[in-house]
Amino acid sequence: MSEILRPLEIVESNDPLVLPRRVAMLHPDVRPAVRRREERWVMTFPHLIVREVILLQVVVIVLSLVAILFDAPLEGLANPQETPNPAKAPWYFLGLQELLHYFPPIVAGVLLPGLVALALVVIPYARVNLAAGALWAGRGKRTALALGATATLLTLLFGAFGCWPIAVPTILLALAMFAARGGEKGGALRQAMARVTLPEWIMTWFVLIATLLTTIGTFFRGPGWSWVWPWIGT
Amino acid sequence: MIPEKPMSPGEMPSERPGGLFAAFWQWLRESAVYRSIVRHGVEDTPLNRSLIIFENLFLHVHPVKVRAKTLRFRHTYWLGGIAVVCTLVLTVTGVLLMFYYHPSVPRAYRDMKELGYVVDNGLFLRNLHRWSAHLMVFAAFAHLLRVFYHRAYRPPRQFNWVIGVVLLLVTLLLSYTGYLLPWDQLAFWGVSVGTNMVREMPLLGEKIRFLLLGGNIVSENALLRFYVLHCVLLPVALLVFLSVHVWRVRKDGGVQGPPEDSDSGEEAP
Repeated sequence: MSEILRPLEIVESNDPLVLPRRVAMLHPDVRPAVRRREERWVMTFPHLIVREVILLQVVVIVLSLVAILFDAPLEGLANPQETPNPAKAPWYFLGLQELLHYFPPIVAGVLLPGLVALALVVIPYARVNLAAGALWAGRGKRTALALGATATLLTLLFGAFGCWPIAVPTILLALAMFAARGGEKGGALRQAMARVTLPEWIMTWFVLIATLLTTIGTFFRGPGWSWVWPWIGT
Repeated sequence: MIPEKPMSPGEMPSERPGGLFAAFWQWLRESAVYRSIVRHGVEDTPLNRSLIIFENLFLHVHPVKVRAKTLRFRHTYWLGGIAVVCTLVLTVTGVLLMFYYHPSVPRAYRDMKELGYVVDNGLFLRNLHRWSAHLMVFAAFAHLLRVFYHRAYRPPRQFNWVIGVVLLLVTLLLSYTGYLLPWDQLAFWGVSVGTNMVREMPLLGEKIRFLLLGGNIVSENALLRFYVLHCVLLPVALLVFLSVHVWRVRKDGGVQGPPEDSDSGEEAP
């Protein structure tokens, strides 16, 4: 190098050997709310407020129509001496009541709902939920083994109690999970299934079972909690 | 102060000069009293649009600006909003129903009959309360699923998810305590079945059941306790948790939509 730089001298040059350039940039960690600048933003008033008012009006109108057309149920005066058969809880607890049919009360009334509540609370703190990789991405053989073992165990466990509304969806969902393997090359449905993560499969399993149990408890249970077909009048 | 153009359809009259109503409206909006209540100006300017939001206790749960795409239907399906609207409807109809209701046996049941036959629109009121309650339980549950499948529980929203779960439980308890109040066969046996499940809880089951019912069976004491829980304790709990829930949504950069929009507010774990 021909030149010798003196301190505080202003150098103008395009030669990188003379004047070193920045080669790396460090991004400071920012809150996600701050990160995106290019997005389109709109004023809350009127854009959001108007939509909220419309939502309020639509919901109130629909509810009013329903309230005009359908009367809330009212039976005879409460009578502790006269037990209706079957005595049913409100619809959102009928899944639990249906569980009572298969399991001892401590399992159906305390253990299972407790586990569900606990599982809901820990969702955002579980690593598997945050990573959110597709189920079959990575070690396929290990996943298949673990999935097969878990599904078999759960099916046998719930099957032993005769609780088919849990055992059958478990089998069906496990089959769907295996069908998702290698689905990237399949049709649109299998491609979508291949993207589903493990926590999403588990939640779908839970929703399937909860819906099935609630439907059975609401429509298919008669005197003595025996099976009835809702379309056959008693 | 001359309004340039209306801010919302409700203020159309101010556009027609000369009308008696328009003159009155303008006089009202420029009066010292009105200006002391509503502090933003009349003109439709960005500044006034901002002031409308942050000069208002209730509206300022919202930021002044929101991301345009969060307004899309498929972003949230408005499920949380539906649950909030149900809460409002339930509060209004619930207070009106309280004017006609005595939490005592057998008066409670007679009040149900009176709502049907004596009180003007009493049955409509009761129907509206009942169906709103069902919709609220359903909307809250659907909202939970929407948030889950959109992975909107991820940082920084973890704890807001937990508050949401608490809100769902409070909603269920509200619905359940309300279920007893008509004091008909449906109510009595529905609550009997439910509280018998509580009994199965190890160690504390019997005690919790006794505390809930004010006795060993579903009786007048239970009716009073459920009434107080339904009308005071649980609504207050709902209000507190709901406020925190909505406030945190704002603090975390607005509602979080589908993960395909993951450039919008998700942090890598």
